[in-house]
Amino acid sequence: MKLTLYIWRQKNSSTKGSFERFQMDDVSPDMSFLEMLDVLNEKLLVEGKEPVAFDHDCREGICGACSLVINGQAHGPMERTTACQLHMRKFNDGDTIYIEPWRAKAFPVVKDLIVDRSAFDRIIQAGGYISVPTGSAPEANNIPISKDDADLAMDAAACIGCGACVAACPNGSAMLFTAAKVSHLAILPQGAPERHRRVKAMIERMDSEGFGGCTNHGECQKACPKGISIKFISLMNREYIKANLASLARDKGEVTAQ
Amino acid sequence: MELNSKIPEGPIQEKWDRHRFEMKLVNPANKRKYTIIVIGTGLAGASAAASFAELGYNVKSFCFQDSPRRAHSIAAQGGINAAKNYQNDGDSIWRLFYDTVKGGDYRAREANVYRLAQISVNIIDQCVAQGVPFAREYGGVLSNRSFGGAQVSRTFYARGQTGQQLLLGCYSALSRQIEAGKVKMYPYTEMLDVVIVDGHAKGIVTRNLRTGKIESHAGDAVVLATGGYSNVFFLSTNAMGCNVTASWRAYKRGAGFANPCFTQIHPTCIPVSGDHQSKLTLMSESLRNDGRIWVPKKKGDTRAPTEIPEEERDYYLERRYPSFGNLVPRDVASRAAKERCDAGYGVGPGGLGVYLDFSDAIKRLGRQVIEDRYGNLFEMYERITGENPYETPMRIFPAPHYTMGGLWVDYNLMTTVPGLYAIGEANFSDHGANRLGASALMQGLADGYFVIPYTIGDYLAGVAPGSVDTSHSAFSDAEREVKQKIEKLLSINGKASIDSIHKQLGRLLWDKCGMSRNAEGLKEALSKIPEIRERFWREVSVPGSGEDLNQALEKAGRVADFLEFAEIMCHDALSREESCGAHFREEYQTEDGEALRNDNDYCYGAVWEFKGDNQQPVMHKEPFTFEYIPLKQRNYK
Amino acid sequence: MGPICEFYKTTVGKKIVAAVTGALLFLFLVAHMVGNLKAFAGIDPATGMYKLDVYARFLREFGHMVLGYSGVLWLTRIGLLVVFVIHVVTVIQLTLRNRAAGGGSYAKNRYLSSTVASRTMAIGGLILLAYVIYHILHFTTGTLHFHGFKHGHVYANAYNAFQVWWVVLIYCVAMVILGLHLYHGLWSLFQTLGLDGPRTNRPLRCLAGVLAVVIALGFMAVPLGFASGILPAPTTQVTTQTALLR
Repeated sequence: MKLTLYIWRQKNSSTKGSFERFQMDDVSPDMSFLEMLDVLNEKLLVEGKEPVAFDHDCREGICGACSLVINGQAHGPMERTTACQLHMRKFNDGDTIYIEPWRAKAFPVVKDLIVDRSAFDRIIQAGGYISVPTGSAPEANNIPISKDDADLAMDAAACIGCGACVAACPNGSAMLFTAAKVSHLAILPQGAPERHRRVKAMIERMDSEGFGGCTNHGECQKACPKGISIKFISLMNREYIKANLASLARDKGEVTAQ
Repeated sequence: MELNSKIPEGPIQEKWDRHRFEMKLVNPANKRKYTIIVIGTGLAGASAAASFAELGYNVKSFCFQDSPRRAHSIAAQGGINAAKNYQNDGDSIWRLFYDTVKGGDYRAREANVYRLAQISVNIIDQCVAQGVPFAREYGGVLSNRSFGGAQVSRTFYARGQTGQQLLLGCYSALSRQIEAGKVKMYPYTEMLDVVIVDGHAKGIVTRNLRTGKIESHAGDAVVLATGGYSNVFFLSTNAMGCNVTASWRAYKRGAGFANPCFTQIHPTCIPVSGDHQSKLTLMSESLRNDGRIWVPKKKGDTRAPTEIPEEERDYYLERRYPSFGNLVPRDVASRAAKERCDAGYGVGPGGLGVYLDFSDAIKRLGRQVIEDRYGNLFEMYERITGENPYETPMRIFPAPHYTMGGLWVDYNLMTTVPGLYAIGEANFSDHGANRLGASALMQGLADGYFVIPYTIGDYLAGVAPGSVDTSHSAFSDAEREVKQKIEKLLSINGKASIDSIHKQLGRLLWDKCGMSRNAEGLKEALSKIPEIRERFWREVSVPGSGEDLNQALEKAGRVADFLEFAEIMCHDALSREESCGAHFREEYQTEDGEALRNDNDYCYGAVWEFKGDNQQPVMHKEPFTFEYIPLKQRNYK
Repeated sequence: MGPICEFYKTTVGKKIVAAVTGALLFLFLVAHMVGNLKAFAGIDPATGMYKLDVYARFLREFGHMVLGYSGVLWLTRIGLLVVFVIHVVTVIQLTLRNRAAGGGSYAKNRYLSSTVASRTMAIGGLILLAYVIYHILHFTTGTLHFHGFKHGHVYANAYNAFQVWWVVLIYCVAMVILGLHLYHGLWSLFQTLGLDGPRTNRPLRCLAGVLAVVIALGFMAVPLGFASGILPAPTTQVTTQTALLR
C-alpha cells in the first residue's frame, strides 16, 4: 500500500506546530497503525532525522497510552478500537491520512503527537478511590453484589484513561472519564460511604483542570475505545444532585440541632 | 556474595506469623522520618507505595509511563488465584502451595510459596473492598473459574481485564496517598542507577523523560518493582517500554541475579504476521478451557482448516496428555506446539502456528455461551488478524510472556544489597521454573500489600532515618556515569536502527535460549552476543539530544542493557544441565520428549554476581530443600 | 461560600441550572402555544370578540381581585424574565468556558454522533434571544409592529403583522431554530438531571423530537394561518366592538 501522511510536528508546548508530509511506499495491510509509524521512524532514524514522537506502550489496547487523532477521529475510524489495535487493512491504497495529537486545553502538547494527560491523574487523586487502607478489608463474600450491578460497574470501570473522550469532545470535556470512575464506585456498595464527597470533589477538580462542560454531543462515547456509554454521565449528574441535596439537608440538620 | 535466605524457624504454617512477631517494628511516630523509594507502579510497586504511605512512611514513587495507571500489569487478562475455596471443590492453602511448588517444578523456596498461598485470601478481600468489580454469580457472591491447568476453580476474574482492574485498585490507593501528600509521584521518570553508600542502598539516579534532566533522589530504602525482562527477545507480549534496566543496574551495583534463564513462553498468542511486527499479542489462556488445539496430520497441508476432515487432524495435546489434554501447563503446551511446528506440521505464514478450534465448543454449548465467555478475545483476534474465529479456527503460537528469573531476594524480599528490595516480577520468584496461570497477579499484590510493608520495617528499624542525602559523592559519581553513558549513545552517529539490533539479539535468543536450548546453541549465542553488542556501540543511530523528550535515546539505553543482560541469561541456561519447568535443555529429556529434571545436582537457585564489565560473572547457589512437598517428576499424562 | 454558590460554580451545577430553567421555559412555551392556537377558535358568540382576544384579556385580568389588574401577568412576566436571564447567562458562561477548553479543530473534523441541533445550541440560542426581544417589541409593546398596532387587539395585530412576507419568514425561521434547540435541549435535560438511562435513552430522544416538532409546528401554524388566508381578516365590526369594551 502507498500512503501519504500528514503528521503534526511540534517541538514542545511553547512552540507552534505544523503538519509534515511523509510518503509511505510499502505499507503492509497486516501492520498495526503504530507499526506503520514504527516503519516511518526506522527510516527517519537511519537518515539521522528525529523520529516522530508518539505515546504507546502495551499495544494491545489496554494501557491507554496511544493517543492519535487519525483523520479527525480519536483512535481512527474503527469503533471500539485503540490506535494500536487499528490495522492498516482498514485503509486503502493511495489514502491520505492526517495524524494529530489530542487537542484540548487541559492536554497541552508535549512533543509531536504526545500530550500531557496528567490532569486525569489529578481527577482521580481528588477522590476516585475507596478509602480502605491495606489490611482493613472485610471478608470478600460478606458484601454480596448483584451480578447486574457488578457487570454495570465493570462496564464503567473498563475505562483505560486514554483521553479520547476529551479529544473527541468539541468542548474538551472530561465528563465521560470522570463519570466512568464516579459511576464505577457509586454502583458498588463499597463506594457508598464516600459517594457524596467523591462526586463533588472529582467534579470540582475536573473543572479546575480546565476541561469544558458537557453539552451532550455524545462524541465521547463514539470515540471511546471501550464503548463506555454516556448513560454514566447521566448517572454522575444524578449523583451530583443527590450529593448537593444531601449537603443542603445536612446543613439544615445542623442548624436545627443547634 | 553471601546468600542468606533468612527463612524463619518452625513449621511452615507458622513461619510467617512467627516472623511477623519477631521482626523489629518502627515506632509509628518515627515512620514519617523515613523515606522509601519505590520504582515501578505496577501491581507490586503501586500496592507497596500505597501501603507504605498508609503506614506513615514518606514515599517517592517513580514510573517511566506518563501515568502510574499504565504500568504493564494492566494487560494481564485471565485472573488472580486465591485459596478461598468458595467453590467447595477441595481447595486450600495447602493445595495452592502444593500446585505452585509442583507447577514451578521444584525450583522455588518452599517457605515463600507457602506464605504466598496464605496471603492469597487477604488479597481478594482487599481488592473487593477497593471496588474491583470481580465477576459475580446471580446470588451476589464472587465467581471463580478454573485456569491454566488447575484442577480446582480458584481464579477470580473481571472479564478479560483482571490485571487492569486490580491495577486500577492499587492505582486508586496510590492516588489517595498522593493527594494526602504521603507519596510524591514522579511519572515519566526512568531510574538509571541505584546509589549505594557504605554497602546500603540509599537512593537512585533518574532521568526525566520529558526534560531530559538527570536527578538524584535519596531515601532510606529502595524498592524495585520494575517487572520482567521478556523484551530481551524483542518480540514478546510485554509492553514496548518494559525493560531490564533497573534490575540490571542493581545487579551491576552488587545485587545477585537469580535464574535468569527461567523465561516463560505463553502458549496462546497471535502468531507473527511479518517483519514489521513490534510485539506479540497474548490471548487469555482461558481459551484452552473450551478450545481444542490441533495441527493437520499431513505435513505442509495448505488446505483451509475448515476443509480438513476430523480424521486428518492431530489433536496432539489430547493425544499426548490424555488426562490434562488441552489444559497442560504453559511450558508443556508451548513446547508441544514448537515441536509440531519444527516437525513441519505448523500452519499459517511460515508454518509458525497451530489451530485453536472452537467449533466443537460452539456445537456443544452454542455460539451465545462462547460469545459470553470469550467474546472480547474473539473480537481482538479478528481485529488483529482479520479472521473470524467463530467460523475458522484461531491460529496461535507461543510467545515470551513472563520471566520467573529476577533479582535474588531473601524471605524479606531484600536483595543481596542491604536496603535494596525487589518485588513482583522483578524478583526471582516464588514461581520456580514455571509460573502457573493467574499466579503473577497474586504474587505482585502479595509482595506489595502484605509482605514488604512488614519486612521493610525490620530493616529500617536498624538504620538512622535520612542519614544520607544527595550531596553525598556517591550520587554525583553515579550521575556522572549516567550522563557519560547518555553522551556516548548520542555520539555514535551510526546508521543502524536501534530496533534492527534489538531484533537481531531477540532472534538469536529466541533460537538459542528460547523454548528449548542446548549447550551448542547457547555457546554460539554467547559468542555472538558480544558481537552484536559491539555493533550496537559502533553503528547505532541515536539522533536528537539528551535535553528533551527523546524516545530513541530511551530505547537505546534499554537495548544497551538487554545486550549485556542477554549474556547471563545464556550463561545460566548453559550451566543448568537439566530440564525443569520453562527451561528445556534438549540434552536432558525423557524418551518420550518430556523434561528430565536433575534434583541431585540442580535443585538450587543459581545466583549470578557481577564481577566487572566483560568479566565472567560468578554463580552462587541457594540450595532448595523440600520438607513438605516431596520431589516428584511432574506428570500431566 | 455557600453550598449554592459552590454548586453553581461547577460546570455540572451550571448545567443543572440551565436544565431546570430550560424545563420551566419549555412549560411556558407549551402554554404560550396553546394560547396562540386560540387564533383558530374564531369568535366567541357570547362576547362577539375573537377568542384569542378574550384569552388575552383573561391573562391580564386573572387574579385582579388579589393583585389588581395585570398583577398576575406582571408577576409571571417577571418570573419568566428571571428564569430566562438565568438560563441565558448560565449557558453563555458555560459556552465561553467550553470554547476555551476545546483545543481548536482538527485538520479534518468528523462528527460521529453530534447533530446539527447539538452543535447549534449556542448560536441558535443567541438567535432565539434576539428573536425573543424582537417578538416582545413586536407584539407586546408594539414598538416594531409598524402596521397599525392596537393594544389588546391580539388577533388584528397578528393578522396585520403576518400579511408581511418577511415577518412570516422571521417567525418561521425562528421556530425551526426553536425546534432544533428544543430537540437537543429536551433530551439533554433528562441526561443532565440524571433521569436518562440505557433503556430510556432512545424513547427520550424520540419524545424530545416529537415535542420539538409539535411546538415548532404549533407556533408556526399561526403566522402561516394568517399568511395563507386560512385565518380570515378581522371584521371591522368585531374590531370596533372590542375597542368599545376597553
